[in-house]
Amino acid sequence: MDKRFFFEKYGLSERDLEKYLSAALSAGGDYADLYFEYLTSTSLSVDESMVKSASQGISAGCGVRVVTGERTGYAYTDDLAPEKILHAARTAALIASGPAKTPVVSLKDKARPSLYPVTDAASDAELSKKVELVFRADKAARAFDSRVKEVRASYADELRHILVIGSDGTYAEDVQPLSRMSVFVIARDGQQSAKGSSGGGGRHKFEIFLTEKTPEHFANEAARQAILQLTAIPCPAGEMEVVLGPGWPGVLLHEAIGHGLEADFNRKKTSAFSGLMGKRVASEKCTVVDNGTLNERRGSLNVDDEGNATNNTVLIEKGILKGFMADKLSARLMGLPNTGNGRRESYEHIPMPRMTNTYMLSGDDVPEDIIKSVKRGLYAVNFSGGQVDITNGKFVFGASEAYLIEDGKITAPVKDATLIGNGPDVLTRVSMVGNDLQLDEGIGTCGKDGQSVPVGVGIPTLKIDRMTVGGTGN
Amino acid sequence: MATTSTQVELDLRELVQGAVKRAMSLGATAAESVVSEGSEFGTVVRLGEVETLKESGSRGLGVRVFVGQHTANTTTSDLSPEGVEQLVRGAIELAKITSEDPMAGIPEPEQLGQINGDLGLYFDDVYSLSNEERIDQARRAEKAALAVDARLTNSDGGTFDASIGRKVLANSHGFVGEYRSSYCSISAVPIASDEAGNMQRDYWYSVARTLAKLDSPEEVGRIAAERTLRRLGARKIKTQKVPIVFDRQTAGALLDHIFDAVNGDSIYRHASFLAGKLGEKAFGSNVTVWDDGTIVGGYGTRPFDGEGVPTRRTTVFENGELKSYLLNTYTAKKLGLATTGNASRGLAGTPGIGNGNFYMQPGEKSQEEIIKGVKHGLLVTEFLGHGVNLVTGDFSRGASGMWIENGELAYPVEEITVAGNLGEMFCNLAEIGSDLIWRGSVACPTLRIEGMTIAGE
Repeated sequence: MDKRFFFEKYGLSERDLEKYLSAALSAGGDYADLYFEYLTSTSLSVDESMVKSASQGISAGCGVRVVTGERTGYAYTDDLAPEKILHAARTAALIASGPAKTPVVSLKDKARPSLYPVTDAASDAELSKKVELVFRADKAARAFDSRVKEVRASYADELRHILVIGSDGTYAEDVQPLSRMSVFVIARDGQQSAKGSSGGGGRHKFEIFLTEKTPEHFANEAARQAILQLTAIPCPAGEMEVVLGPGWPGVLLHEAIGHGLEADFNRKKTSAFSGLMGKRVASEKCTVVDNGTLNERRGSLNVDDEGNATNNTVLIEKGILKGFMADKLSARLMGLPNTGNGRRESYEHIPMPRMTNTYMLSGDDVPEDIIKSVKRGLYAVNFSGGQVDITNGKFVFGASEAYLIEDGKITAPVKDATLIGNGPDVLTRVSMVGNDLQLDEGIGTCGKDGQSVPVGVGIPTLKIDRMTVGGTGN
Repeated sequence: MATTSTQVELDLRELVQGAVKRAMSLGATAAESVVSEGSEFGTVVRLGEVETLKESGSRGLGVRVFVGQHTANTTTSDLSPEGVEQLVRGAIELAKITSEDPMAGIPEPEQLGQINGDLGLYFDDVYSLSNEERIDQARRAEKAALAVDARLTNSDGGTFDASIGRKVLANSHGFVGEYRSSYCSISAVPIASDEAGNMQRDYWYSVARTLAKLDSPEEVGRIAAERTLRRLGARKIKTQKVPIVFDRQTAGALLDHIFDAVNGDSIYRHASFLAGKLGEKAFGSNVTVWDDGTIVGGYGTRPFDGEGVPTRRTTVFENGELKSYLLNTYTAKKLGLATTGNASRGLAGTPGIGNGNFYMQPGEKSQEEIIKGVKHGLLVTEFLGHGVNLVTGDFSRGASGMWIENGELAYPVEEITVAGNLGEMFCNLAEIGSDLIWRGSVACPTLRIEGMTIAGE
């Protein structure tokens, strides 16, 4: 659906595109591209059992990039009138200084996979149905336990039309739906307060929220966490064995190794992983991939924001570093395959190598055996996010639901704590890998250089022999 | 140039007033509209070569409508008459699906207004340099950093950025206000390697509203280099409890968490450990904190807030007593209080709460004197991660810094966490430094805090 969207909506023609690319290459340069974007979004939330407000937005624009050697010139416009796009193209061209070049213009899109539905959450349901979702979540969370005192539930969807044309003949159009629900709960018992949160979604039809990812599912999960946290004890401090539950704790991979394997950092040799290609960076039980081709996943894309097909890229195979995630610029400069990881937040931003869905493949261990093998440690099942210093490799991620493991048994829940480690060696301490790979529920957003993009993560149950846990207890 | 910009100014005021008027004629009982316009320039120079050059401008329009006690809001980047009509109609339509909220509404007419006079927010000199001169600023910052020491072998670049913006807000009580703002900044991010090939990176920057107040690229580069070099050879330390000194940057991050905890939105939902503590002694007697949106040239200064209420100076804590939350119209009504002029509003969504210039009253001692007073302890210079639970005040973040031995900085430390509880930490401020400096809209002097746990080996 909606092929030729920009041609119909803005009266673009083949000649216009040729003219814009020619203007971008008017001072020379190796490559130029234009990224057209038209984004509509809706969000609403229930708060104190009222839908207090609802928002809708439309944003459209075009970004023009000119690349010459390692230099990038960039300009954008939120006015798609021909003279504004030409102005942006000439501004971006200032980066180059040579004779004009002639672009190859092709108006033929390649055959693409269709990883997400053509009718999407944004357009296939009435607003009233979306309102119903958040009310159901509110009701379910309050019904979960009388100690649940505050509930906020939100629903958001967007539909992004993109068109990418490049001077190398790149031509790609895509229509990318994205939706999610989230629930935030505060429970109180006497003087004790605690919070819980949950959410998920993806590039789905609206129906998913009525069948699989229901409001009750997210509400119960958020309420369960908040009630549990009411009785949490201080988390211990210091080095210990850590078992990560399946799914969202995969944020470990994203922070510890994911960013460090984005090609731009390695091209500049500013990553702690620079020079480790082909070397052991994890135990032989670890195989990690970045896969943008999974159906309907939050991090999936038919084409990346440079018009390239996404891939299933092996990053680490049986512990050996095998691949980087590349965009056009780093692929060309480093002589690497372009893995289709060139992404950007919007037309206002320069694309760069970014993750899609990053996860570790299942191993052979039975999750119960992994827990049983731990004398004293931490079992962490939910996380609030993380951060990494690419250069020295140090990374953190915050556990929002975790338990003590004592003599092979899961015991008391502990309060929020940050875990810290060193990216290039944390995976070498993985001694057991469960047979239960799960991907997260579709809530992750990754930030890099001020740009946010939706991503996915996943792991099976993992045992890390030693990590530093940042609690306040003994 | 001057003629063009006058023309544009007129248009934007008419645009928001027109959107409000249109909303009222379509059945809204109250309406508010905001337009923002901005230009940005940025360049990165890496290893002496230009890496990126970015220059652009954009505009956006938002409208918030009330139909009785129902409210909704919409945004668009299409400022054509058709775009505005679609925006307003969309908002009115959307309001039909929202609930009746007795507290919904814009401020009362008598609450509206703005501070007159020049607040020092806008200087057009930030855009006065040629591209070559801008690139030169970035290049000099990086060059100065890399020249400091042979161990500085790589770089994430030097940068120069400039931006100007303009915001116009109007509502159906007849308020219309506008202001311009400008920023420019220089940064350097050098990378150092030791003999073993271990790398460390750190950064420094200068930001100002006018080029005249920006530090020289050489100064920025030199400090960035010093901060990076002192991290080489960092080690882990044992798990322990010792006094921790937070430098201005990390102390400012702690104070930022306190802003989040006095934010009316967290308060009325009981999502803050400070909820219900108004008038109580929540922190140590040495803690006095203000929020002041009126400081001339401040990074958190503006003539009116996101709802058209004049900004002001609010005492938030006085000698440890919680004197005021920070509120917008909605959260004030929920709490039975008056707005403190802290509404923040982007284009989209309902107004949130933003700080003005939020800062702690400085003490007497320099950072050096505070460090001298510590026998065994840690100076924290950087946080990693976001581990704060505002509901409980529990705090646990990754950190790096310098070990303090007998009052002297001994060696760099990394891969540790520092943890405590914000409520207790601000009761245990053993020292507050004299070194308050504005480098953003939140500022705090050096702090020494007792009783926190360091997790390491």
